[in-house]
This record gives sequence, C-alpha cells and structure tokens, in this order.
Amino acid sequence: MTMIDFSLRRSPLAHRGLIARAASDAAAREAGVTLGEQPHRCQINLRGDAGDSGFLAAVEDVTGLRLPVEPNTVATVEDLSALWLGPDEWLIVGPGGREGDLTGGLRGALEGRHFAVTDVSEARTVIAISGPHARDLLAKGTSLDLHPRVFGPGRCAQSGIAKATMILHQLDANGDGADGAGADEQPTFEIYIANSFADYLWTWLERAAAEYRVAVTAG
Amino acid sequence: MFLISCPFCGPREESEFSYGHEGHIARPADPDSLSDAEWADYLFMRKNPKGWHYERWNHARGCRRWFNVARHTVTHEIRAVYKMGDPPPAIEP
Repeated sequence: MTMIDFSLRRSPLAHRGLIARAASDAAAREAGVTLGEQPHRCQINLRGDAGDSGFLAAVEDVTGLRLPVEPNTVATVEDLSALWLGPDEWLIVGPGGREGDLTGGLRGALEGRHFAVTDVSEARTVIAISGPHARDLLAKGTSLDLHPRVFGPGRCAQSGIAKATMILHQLDANGDGADGAGADEQPTFEIYIANSFADYLWTWLERAAAEYRVAVTAG
Repeated sequence: MFLISCPFCGPREESEFSYGHEGHIARPADPDSLSDAEWADYLFMRKNPKGWHYERWNHARGCRRWFNVARHTVTHEIRAVYKMGDPPPAIEP
C-alpha cells in the first residue's frame, strides 16, 4: 500500500487563505453566520448488511460506533461519527490521519462477510456553518426541511445545495455556546462537498450569507 | 416540482430524483427465442398512459436507491411508493 504523504495534501479552498482571514472570537460571536473550512477529514465509505448483527458488532469493535440504522441519523463516539447514507451504506468520519488504521481495522474485522470499505477522504472537504442565521442561509439553497422538529442535532442528509450535491450534518449541541444558546438558536452544520465544487459553494455561501453578517473562522 | 417520499430517506423534492421510466417490465427469460418484433416490443414499447403510471425513480442525490412510484401523469398525484421487487398496488381509477 502506498503511504500517504500528508504534508503534500492541499485543500480545495487553500488558495482562499481562510485562516489568514479568520475573524476574532468577538467578531465571530457577533456574526449572524460563521463559515470555516475543516479540510482533510478522514472519510470512510462503508457498505454492509445492517440486518447482520455480526457485521454491526465487528464495526463497533473497530470504531466504537453502533452504526445508525434509522435513516438520516448520525452516531458519534468521541471523535468518530457514522453518518447514515442509505440502508446499507454509511460514511465514517474522523480526524485526518485515521484513514489507514480504520480501513485496515475494518477490512480485517469484516473478512469473510459481504462488505466494502473505501477510503474517500480526499473526495470532499468540509465547510462548517454556524450561528443564529445558519439555518436561514442553508434554506436559500436547499430544498431540505430544516425546521428543528424535522432536522436537528445528530441528523444528516444527502441532498443538494445551490445545485451542488452535499452531505449535511447538524452537530450535536456541544453545550459550550458563548451564551449558552441551544442548538435551535445556534445550530452548527457541516457540509461535505466534493473538492471540485468547494470553491463554487464557498463563493455562493459567503455571498448568500452577506445579509446576515458573515465571519470566517479558522476551522 | 413535487415531493417524492423516498422509501428510505423520506419526503424530498423532485430535483433530488432521476426518473427511471415504466416499471415492472420483466426481461424475457429466453431472448434468443424472441422474434425481432417481440424483442423490439420489450426494448422500446411503453404504455405512456394518461392516468396512473407505475414507474421507477432513483434517489440520485440522496441514498441512490431505486424504488417504484405509482403516479398520475396528469395531476402528478403520487398514490404509492414501494420498494423494488414489491408487486404494484391496485389503484382506484
């Protein structure tokens, strides 16, 4: 297997100098929407039979994650999450650098079963959207119903935004919001977007968010 | 635009789906025994009704699964959504 030279990786938004543009914490707190890129996230596409308890147990042994079988939901344990993509398909995401041990561990644990483990980490980057107007911004570009009674923390969906295809994930409320606001008032979303669409979508998001006062964050 | 309830993901906008044309067309078990006319009928001829239509859709921007829909081609009313392999439900005219 070819080793990945992590130092040579370049995010599809690297040319925008987003870290240099990052607003101060105070300015970010005042913003209606914050946007930031979280590049190089480990992303493993996993296919298998959700009805096979041995498959689920083997994945849990390796990742600690009980794969979600309820559509459009996410399971999270520490820094790993499993996003439901379909009745037999998940995206396991975590910090960059976990690609090798996760793919290797899963393939070993699932040997003999009907499964597919594919490292798709460099296919997409992640744009994080947060703030009181985050939902309003997304609603300009997607047909998903984002009302809190339908789409809340721990939910995900594959859909479109501004004509690009995305995976959307609303993070669990982390409880350390600046003013203690709940996930409904200060939601945080992550968009997984194909590298080739990332620059386009960033441009779209920043312009669409201008009316809400947008701040760039470092991550 | 109308909503289609994906049997896996729930209701989503039509733009997330791609159309798969008429459903429940079985591939002939023994194509070599067919005449050219019979083969052409299987390949090309479709009902194209004005009314209820059993058709296939793919949730292209979602879970990418195929499924069946019973849709009225005039009103776009969707009366049934069901998985591949399930028999077509009876629809009142």
